[in-house]
Order: sequence, then structure tokens, then C-alpha cells
Amino acid sequence: MSVFHKALLTAAAIIAPAGAIAQEAATLDQKVNAAFATATGPFVNLIFAPFPGTSFPWIVLWLVVGATVFTLYFGFVQFRFFGHAIKLVKGDYSDPNDAGEVSHFQALTTALSGTVGLGNIAGVAVAVGIGGPGATFWMILAGLLGMASKFTECTLAVKYRNEYPDGTVSGGPMYYMKKGFSELGLPGGGFLAILFSIFCILGALGGGNMFQANQAHAQIEGIVGEFPGWITGIIFAGVVFAVIVGGIKSIARVTEKVVPFMGILYVGASLIIIAMNYDMIGWAFGQIFVGAFTGLGVAGGFVGALIQGFKRAAFSNEAGVGSAAIAHAAVRTKEPITEGFVSLLEPLIDTVVICTMTALVITISGQLLIDDATGTYMLNEAGTAIATVGDTSGVALTSAAFGSSISWFPYVLAIAVVLFAFSTMISWSYYGLKAWTYLFGEGKGSELTFKVIFCVFVVIGAAANLGPVIDFSDAAIFSMAVVNIFSLYFMMKLVRRELNSYSGRLKSGEIKSYAH
Amino acid sequence: MTTTLLVGLDGHASGERALDHARRLAELIGDCELVVAYIIEWSPFSFQTAEENAARHKRREEEIQIALDRVINPAIEKVSGSGRTIRGVVRHGDVSDALIAISKQENADQIIVARASEGGFAKRIFGGSTSNLVMSSPVPVTVVS
Repeated sequence: MSVFHKALLTAAAIIAPAGAIAQEAATLDQKVNAAFATATGPFVNLIFAPFPGTSFPWIVLWLVVGATVFTLYFGFVQFRFFGHAIKLVKGDYSDPNDAGEVSHFQALTTALSGTVGLGNIAGVAVAVGIGGPGATFWMILAGLLGMASKFTECTLAVKYRNEYPDGTVSGGPMYYMKKGFSELGLPGGGFLAILFSIFCILGALGGGNMFQANQAHAQIEGIVGEFPGWITGIIFAGVVFAVIVGGIKSIARVTEKVVPFMGILYVGASLIIIAMNYDMIGWAFGQIFVGAFTGLGVAGGFVGALIQGFKRAAFSNEAGVGSAAIAHAAVRTKEPITEGFVSLLEPLIDTVVICTMTALVITISGQLLIDDATGTYMLNEAGTAIATVGDTSGVALTSAAFGSSISWFPYVLAIAVVLFAFSTMISWSYYGLKAWTYLFGEGKGSELTFKVIFCVFVVIGAAANLGPVIDFSDAAIFSMAVVNIFSLYFMMKLVRRELNSYSGRLKSGEIKSYAH
Repeated sequence: MTTTLLVGLDGHASGERALDHARRLAELIGDCELVVAYIIEWSPFSFQTAEENAARHKRREEEIQIALDRVINPAIEKVSGSGRTIRGVVRHGDVSDALIAISKQENADQIIVARASEGGFAKRIFGGSTSNLVMSSPVPVTVVS
């Protein structure tokens, strides 16, 4: 908590006089950035510490090993029950008498609106910009394995959620850690739940908030020209405040409806660009496969590609992180495992489909500079990332890649980024709030405190540079995964019990389809 | 054998007209019971926020109670005075799909609905609930104007 408190105090100190020193905007942004980087440095270094004697961050291995263990333990559940998951989303197994309750489709799309967003647009650009096209291969692999992690956590989230007498529900890792460990007669469930909640609050403020505000500002700047980040931050914070504190649901509803269409538009545009360059598809996949094992000259070689791919996949689909489990927990079903099946579609849509589209467009666009003599990628002056046309990175790189084929698409992308950022913020404000109320109890005062802190961090995120923001966002989100995956190892046998029971009843015909 | 008439109510005057017609029909038939249904428009494929999802069960219960209080129970009261058997059902879903599902469940011989006066561009293109019901109902449908 000390880092959190420090960041909070820094934020408060900076925001209070913001209006008075508006004319010193440029230096204010720099001050925010420097203070933020100093405050979060130790935490970031701990999470991304490499194994002694290697450059491989232990956290990346932690996620991949977790996803692999769950994949093997549940016998490749993501492939065996893929078809069944689709039928569940279609409502084939939903009792018509339960109509009006939260459907599998709604729980899935709500969770997706929190995960599909900048991770797919900016995050992939960061991965490909640093790790080269080869990072895409590892990203897809991480997405496929991550489906099993998501299955495990979402099944438990529904099974151990809290149902209150007034009919509302609260669920998520903190609830299954406490209840699940107690059911297994294991100590420490309560402690893990508290630890997870603290990290979830940090994740909500980092990846679910600051990173979004930061990249939304970068995108707006790309269109209208440079201006201080705190201006975007204050506008964004105002709208977020209106929704989460003012309860102006209409804004949230409009976003919830527009975002899926933006997602479809994004995939559609990607497919058009890929089709326009159909002669390069084979080459692009070649770059992805060759780059995955050789690195094709990127910093850190193939290990660099692997680390970037796994990092950005985890940041994008959040499998094993436990965040989406909070959203999935709201579904109404008599069989918790059905939501587990449905949730495994999330990393597939998010990472295997949407992230791959972005990576393919960037690779095909020729924005990444290749040394004609060697056929490998050229590095930028600092030697940290691949040199790009116009020296772009993050969302600006994706925008340039789309713009090279469809000149007006950067404008659509700018709107999409702002909407994605906004919807992700709203989702994460809910995840953070659930963790907050788990720690400090439910009540108007407690909830308002968190919501105000959340809005303050919007401003900091928009004003800081991408580097420190992305480091803190990653560190905060991955720290959730440390606690979550640790607890899942103990509780996965509970999920297997559910899986065996359900698949047995499905085979015997006891569980019937309502589809005609 | 008892004839079952399913009456679709909408909480407006048009629903009242459908109920009045059903009562007259029941008088003529004699051995006849009425099932009055109110369908709350709902799609399992709509998009919702996490907060809405968390409170959805509570909201659903409230919606059903409001429909019972304002539409179904007054209709039952109005008819039961005449000594006729009448039951009420509230469902969420697409109006025509839900009425068809109830007609099958209740073994209804006929569905009686009223034509709503309001229209709109979407309804002109895709058809309103009434026309969808007429097109796909397995039992005869009477549409009261």
C-alpha cells in the first residue's frame, strides 16, 4: 500500500493547483511524469525482475506456466468444449423460464467490453514495435493457452459469488479465494483475497484507467496537434465522473452499444486491408513464424519477441488476471461451469482474432523498417525498438499502419480508441470498486472515495508519458495474476469436479438443449 | 373439453379491447378459460454494463411485480367477478415468440391480441409484434382492431 499511498499523495498534490498553473502546462506534464515514474519504479522493478542470470521476467513465465497447467489439467478444455461454448452463448441451453436474467451472451459481452480495447490496438503495436512480427506468434499461443485460465477463474467466480437478499450479486477472485479455501479447509484464503483486492485497485487505476487515458490523449493529439495531456485528462475525468458518480447511465449505455460496432468495424477494416494486400499475407505469416524463433534482428532476439508477445497478450485478454471474472460472475445460471465455457471465448476473440488483425496490418503496412541488405528489422537510435516510418509507437503506429491503406481510417480509429478507452475505464471502475468495497465495505461514502480517486488518476494518466504509464499498468495487472493463479492451483480440483459432473450429465442427456 | 384462450395484454387500451373481445368469445363458447399474458420486451443479446448485470435479477423481479400489479391482477379482477376461470402470466422476451411459447405450454386454442396503433420505420420494415405473431403462430390468432 505504501506505493499506492505515495502515488495518491503525489496525485493530490499535483491536481490541486492544476488550474492555477495552467500556463505552465508543458512543465506540469513533465512534473507529473517524473513524480509518477519515481513513485512507481520500485513496484515495477519487482514485478518485472528477471530470473537471476537471464533477461527473462519471472512474471511472464508465471502466466504461461499457469495457462499451460490449466490447459493440461482440464484436458484441453478450450478445444473440447469450444462448440458447446458457442451453443451456450446462442442460448441453446438457457431455460426460457429464466428469460430476463443476465444471459451468457450479456456476461460475455460485458466482460469483453472491459478487455477489448487499447490492448488490442496500442498494446499490439507496442509488442510488434519492440518484439517484431514474431511477437504475434507468441501472442496467439498465449491467447490459446489463456483460454483455460479464463475458464478456471470464471467458473469459480460464479460458483462462489455473493448473492445478497435484495437480489444483487458480487463476485470475483476475492470471493472465491475466501470461500473456496475455506471449503477446502486451507488457511490463508482471506489474506489472498485482501492481497488480490489491493492489486485489483492498482490494476484498475493503472491498466484500466491511466493507460487508457494516456493512449486516448495520444490519439487525439495525433489528429488535432500537440496540446497538454491534462486537458484531455480533465475532460475524460469529467465524463467518467458523470457516469460513475453522477449515475448518468445514458452515456454508459450509448458506449456499450457503440463499442461492439466499433469492434466489428475495426475487424472489418483490418480484413479489407489484409485483402487489399492479399499478395503479402504469405510473407506476413512468414515474418511472424520466422520472427517468433529468430527475432529477425529485434532487441533481445527471439526471447525479446516471446516476452513481448506473452506480455501484451496477457495485458490484452487478462487471462489469469482475474478481472473479467468479476464481470462474468453476474450471469444467472444453475451450472457455474457453463459461464466458464463461455468465458473461454474471450481470449479467443480478443487475442487470437483482434490482436492478430492489428499485428497483420502493422506487418503488411511496411511501417516497420527493414534493412534491405540483411532482411532483418532496423532498430531505432536508442536500440530499444524497431525503427518505424515517422518514428511512431503505440497507438500512433497502428494508426499510421491503417492510414497507409485507408487514408481516412485514422479518424475512425481515433473515435474507436476514445470509445474503447472510455468503455474499458467504466468496466475497470466497476472491478476496482468491487475490490474496494470488499476491503472497506459497501456504503455510499466508501464507494464515492474510490470513484473520486479513480477520476484523479484519469488526469495523471493523460498527462504522463507512455513509458512509465505502461510499466505501472503492466506491473499492477500482473500482480493481480500472481495472487490469482496461485489460488487457482489450489482450487482447480473444485473446477475439475464441476467439469466431470457436467460433462457426464451432458453425455447422459440429463442436461438438455432447449433449441428446437 | 375446455377451450383455452390466450390474451396478450400491453398495459394500454388496446390490450383492454383484446380482453373484452376474449370475454365475449368465452361467453359464446361456454366451457372456456382465459390466460392473460404480459410480455416484457427483453433480448438476451442486448449489451449491458457490469453494474446493470449485477443488479439484473433484482430488476427483473421488480419488473415482474410491476407488470402483475398494474396489468395482470387488474385484468384478473375484472374477469373473475363474472365467475370465469382466468390465470395470469408475465414473461420476458420477444412478444410474439413468448406468446407462442405460452400458447404451447398452456395448450391454448387461440391467441387474441389487439393491434397497437403506434408504428415506426423499423416496424414497417421488420413488422410489429402482432404481424410477427400472425405469421408464425401455430394456433389461430384473432387481432382486435
